[in-house]
Amino acid sequence: MANTYTLISSNVLSASATSITFSAIPSTYTDLVLRISARSDSTFSSGIPESLVVTFNGSGASNYSKTTLYGNGANALSVRDTATANAILSFNAVGNGVTANTFGNAEIYVPSYLSSTSKPFSSFGTGENNATTAYIAANAALWNNTVAITSTTIIPGNGSNWLSSSSFYLYGIKNS
Amino acid sequence: MASTYEPIATTTLGSATAAITFSSIPSTYTDLKIIIVATASVSGSALQFIFNNDSASNYSVTLINGNGVNASSNKYSNQSTGYGLVASSSTGLSTSVPSFLSIDIFSYAGSTFKTALVAGNADKNGSGNVEYDVNLWRSTSAINRIDLSAQSANLSAGTTATLYGIKAA
Repeated sequence: MANTYTLISSNVLSASATSITFSAIPSTYTDLVLRISARSDSTFSSGIPESLVVTFNGSGASNYSKTTLYGNGANALSVRDTATANAILSFNAVGNGVTANTFGNAEIYVPSYLSSTSKPFSSFGTGENNATTAYIAANAALWNNTVAITSTTIIPGNGSNWLSSSSFYLYGIKNS
Repeated sequence: MASTYEPIATTTLGSATAAITFSSIPSTYTDLKIIIVATASVSGSALQFIFNNDSASNYSVTLINGNGVNASSNKYSNQSTGYGLVASSSTGLSTSVPSFLSIDIFSYAGSTFKTALVAGNADKNGSGNVEYDVNLWRSTSAINRIDLSAQSANLSAGTTATLYGIKAA
């Protein structure tokens, strides 16, 4: 049986980086999965979350949207972004203002990344940090573009850099 | 290394269809996972599923969802299907914007009741829903067939569904 869950590329940072890009993504898979452990240099105070800001194919057009469900340890809430220039996957990382050595963790799933329709995708992540406030969040996102995805870039939403030891793994999944 | 995440079957609809069926599911895996990208003929339809052709009131579901404004939780007992994405004009399947759902079915070949976790993603650029549904099927039978459908609607052409098997060893 074919191996259907295959590592395409990875980037484990040994120094800070402003962005992570996976380019030349092969068209031989059905779905993509990004698994991320990330901490940014955001100096926001404890409890302030970091976001994964995702673009596809370098597109900064206002074709992204998302609906978020999140909990902060006290309440469950929901927010939305409409027609943004990137997908702001809220609360799926942490900044340098929170407990040392903590990283946010997230999985981003992009089904049918080669399809000729708009692309729904998801993320689920946490930023637990043993502080008064931490976050768990699910994002339903949409890239309203009909071209195949060939690259993706992830930047921090609040900070300027991803810190050393942040890791980003891109997997391909085949349905046959 | 053994492959533990294997495609069992996949379907892409060429025309609107009432249901996608995965039958003769082998019992050789530990868990099942279904990846669905769907639109429906009626806006706001829920995604439904039944196991082994059982449409008796043996399903229940507890869900949490966010619609971009509020977060809420609901529970429905003694249902005739399992659910993902609650039915409403803003939260259910769209007629034009694909929604993405994953269904994890745990210990599907076991002899206890079966749990299925649905992650539903239905953002529609200005409306929509993100939702998690924990479904219980009160049957001790091994699951050998799954039917996916849209509530009171057809699944539209272009809808895709893939069934994967996951092995513990």
